[in-house]
Amino acid sequence: MTRLDGNAIAGVLEQLFGREMTTASGRCAGCGAEREVGALFVYRGAGIVVRCPDCDAVLLRIVESRDRTWVDFRGLSTVELAD
Amino acid sequence: MTETPHVRTLVLDVPGWPGHRAGQHVDVRLTAEDGYQAERSYSLASAPADGPALTVERLDDGEVSPYLVDEVVPGDKFELRGPIGGYFVWDAEEAAQPLMLVAGGSGIVPLMAMLRHRAASGSKVPARLLYSSRSLGDVIYRAELEQLDVDVVHTLTREQPPGWTGYGRRVDVDLLREACFAPSDDPRVFVCGPTSFVEAVADGLVSLGHRPGRIRTERFGGA
Repeated sequence: MTRLDGNAIAGVLEQLFGREMTTASGRCAGCGAEREVGALFVYRGAGIVVRCPDCDAVLLRIVESRDRTWVDFRGLSTVELAD
Repeated sequence: MTETPHVRTLVLDVPGWPGHRAGQHVDVRLTAEDGYQAERSYSLASAPADGPALTVERLDDGEVSPYLVDEVVPGDKFELRGPIGGYFVWDAEEAAQPLMLVAGGSGIVPLMAMLRHRAASGSKVPARLLYSSRSLGDVIYRAELEQLDVDVVHTLTREQPPGWTGYGRRVDVDLLREACFAPSDDPRVFVCGPTSFVEAVADGLVSLGHRPGRIRTERFGGA
């Protein structure tokens, strides 16, 4: 599957969080690396899988259907947002 | 406006458009009569001062781009979300470092928005563009790039016209060393194009000593 990056899901994330998210920083619960969301690896199939560029752990999974969205955040220990 | 046989620019009239930043994109959503929806992202090509315009490359197996390149006519309406993004963005007002842009194919589009923004804002930061295309006929914005106050280095990877004196190979480390600002110039670097291109360029720049934190990438996927 072709690798994309966090820019590719900027619209989806903005809809979920109500704000621009690609400049937010996410910390990997596995290896502790902190990266801006725009720099994270993204794979799109039936759903969206976001992986850590440093250790390849799954950080975030998003599945959208016509009337709802499921989000699994367990791979992220923190998300830091600038005002 | 037709840019190349596969690429077209659409100037949009968006009620309530809030303004955009150079490098941002929009998501275009098409809905079929049976309710099936397809959504794709397209980079804004225009300077923020000029309102929204998209430059779209037709992918023959695409669900959205053939409509935008071949079918849509002035006056048609479609749904879009945006402007979107903040990571792959360049603001002339905040920029002091040289601007280094590296484009593969239609990856030029958000970088062109940055160059147009730089020109429109009167920014004096030095700018260079390394632009990889398959052939001269595939170079998007060729005439306008010649008019801008920017060092443009083309490489044509598949077909070079007779007498071509520019580069004629895929971007490699030697080409990056020759065409890009040196790490000591501390440039802001933006790389956009197909995933394999972007990753090869980013790896090459890091191997030349550019700091990873200075390099921003946007992968288009595909080819």
